[in-house]
Amino acid sequence: MSLEETVYTVFLGLLFLYCVLAAGKAVDPVFAFHATIGAIASAAGVFLIVRSFIDRDGHVEPAEINGKPNYNLGPVKFASIAAMFWGIAGFSVGIWIALELAYPALNLGLPWTTFGRLRPLHTSAVIFAFGGNVLLATSFYVVQRTSRARMPGLVTPWFVILGYNVFIVIAGTGYLLGVTQSKEYAEPEWYADLWLTIVWVAYLMVFLATLWRRKEPHIYVANWFYLAFIVTIAMLHIVNNAAVPVSVFGSKSYVVWAGVQDAMVQWWYGHNAVGFFLTAGFLAIMYYFVPKRANRPVYSYRLSIIHFWALIFLYIWAGPHHLHYTALPEWASTLGMVFSVMLWMPSWGGMINGLMTLSGAWDKLRTDPVLRLLVVSVAFYGMSTFEGPLMSVKAVNSLSHYTDWTIGHVHSGALGWVGYVSFGALYCMVPWIWGKRDVYSLKLVDWHFWISTLGIVLYITSMWVSGIMQGLMWRAYTELGFLQYSFVETVEAMHPYYVIRALGGILFLTGAVIMAVNLYLTIRHGEAEKPAADVALAPAE
Amino acid sequence: MDFSYEQVAAFAQQSGLLYFFLIFSAICVYALWPKNKAKFDHAAQIPLEED
Repeated sequence: MSLEETVYTVFLGLLFLYCVLAAGKAVDPVFAFHATIGAIASAAGVFLIVRSFIDRDGHVEPAEINGKPNYNLGPVKFASIAAMFWGIAGFSVGIWIALELAYPALNLGLPWTTFGRLRPLHTSAVIFAFGGNVLLATSFYVVQRTSRARMPGLVTPWFVILGYNVFIVIAGTGYLLGVTQSKEYAEPEWYADLWLTIVWVAYLMVFLATLWRRKEPHIYVANWFYLAFIVTIAMLHIVNNAAVPVSVFGSKSYVVWAGVQDAMVQWWYGHNAVGFFLTAGFLAIMYYFVPKRANRPVYSYRLSIIHFWALIFLYIWAGPHHLHYTALPEWASTLGMVFSVMLWMPSWGGMINGLMTLSGAWDKLRTDPVLRLLVVSVAFYGMSTFEGPLMSVKAVNSLSHYTDWTIGHVHSGALGWVGYVSFGALYCMVPWIWGKRDVYSLKLVDWHFWISTLGIVLYITSMWVSGIMQGLMWRAYTELGFLQYSFVETVEAMHPYYVIRALGGILFLTGAVIMAVNLYLTIRHGEAEKPAADVALAPAE
Repeated sequence: MDFSYEQVAAFAQQSGLLYFFLIFSAICVYALWPKNKAKFDHAAQIPLEED
């Protein structure tokens, strides 16, 4: 066994023993359940490592074959399929909670299906499970291709992908069973956080080691964005989740931060999760997949460098805009607002760079629905990064905060930008990694595009109307100085918009199901790509 | 030597501003320096010239 295999076997073996012990001594049933999942997962890990060691029989995949890099695509394939699976699961839960808001009886009167438990299940499933697997898959693909080097490690790439998905299972089941540390987008408890930290360090090592092996002297800009995403998420995750467990055999912990400091750390984390997970990571996808699909270099490589550093310098300060008119000091709130407004520049710089990559090839938008998904995603990126700074301005925020306008804003970014750029990347990458010429049916991609777009439009317009109406109703006074509307009147007024929103979600899910079918057909029945060598040039006669 | 909170904060804010402004300016100079153009033009082709 190689040193790597031995280290993982010993580590997972010890983890198995701890999990068995923890399951036995657990002070609460959910911890016992999660320890059991941990024990099964680590035992399965040891089994997989030993089996692959026996199967490979001393053989190691070469880094190169005939002078060409022999890319490691197994983990990329797994993460792509996982992304499709979690995407459909996460969108479905989103529709369910959207319908719960319109028809509250749908919470079924059960604790596991209440809005409060399903909402983090939805957000984590779409952001971390769907988005996270897309980022893992594309980053492992892009860093290998642009470095022209196989990513190193027999076990580590698989450990990253499978370990991350085990984290998702622990997080998601925990929410349903009522385990949460009540930090938005960071709900998983201390043991899940520790596990994710280990997986994330392994991810960073695989990524850096691949860059280290690169044949190409320059590190392509997409890799900078991926690296910023990986490093910053590690930092945010560790600081925001610093917590002391009540017992090492129990799920409950207390976060070390308190009061307004806790709020500030939480939104420093929360906004930079948007900035570095949902923006930097997916901009990396844009910088690789848009040029690749359009078959043209990025519009301005120099702009991409300035875009990158401006984004890095500015985003990290924008968090306080989530805490306007709270116990947070006024200066911190103003700082957050000013940096958010300044973010217009790198955001639009990046958008222009992505869109102008198509200059001279705009006709491809008409014929290639995959490119259209990618380009529309960049347009949504521009739109939601215009709206965001606007909403961070205190005067606007006093109307928009705590209303559905925020939900609409988030979804124009999440469905339009993150969703579409991910779909575009999967439609490109799935045929490439399975050796197919193209997706099974471009016609189905077209259907996916139009159905989903209609869904997004219904979603964001209904939330704008509902949010602004809600904000205006809250601040309406009678001539005697009393509030004009009771809270429940505002809720009643929003009912039709909640129904429209749920309909938008259903259309978006329909599109995603079409995608899953199309990608399944691509993998199983897609037309195989002809190796370049087989294409004999016909002699002129 | 004792420093007050205000003195430390003023030093951190002003030197931080200067430091970030200078390194960001250096990045812009690096990105826009005419001699680097050829290098960046090549870099932009990296995704397109794969095997």
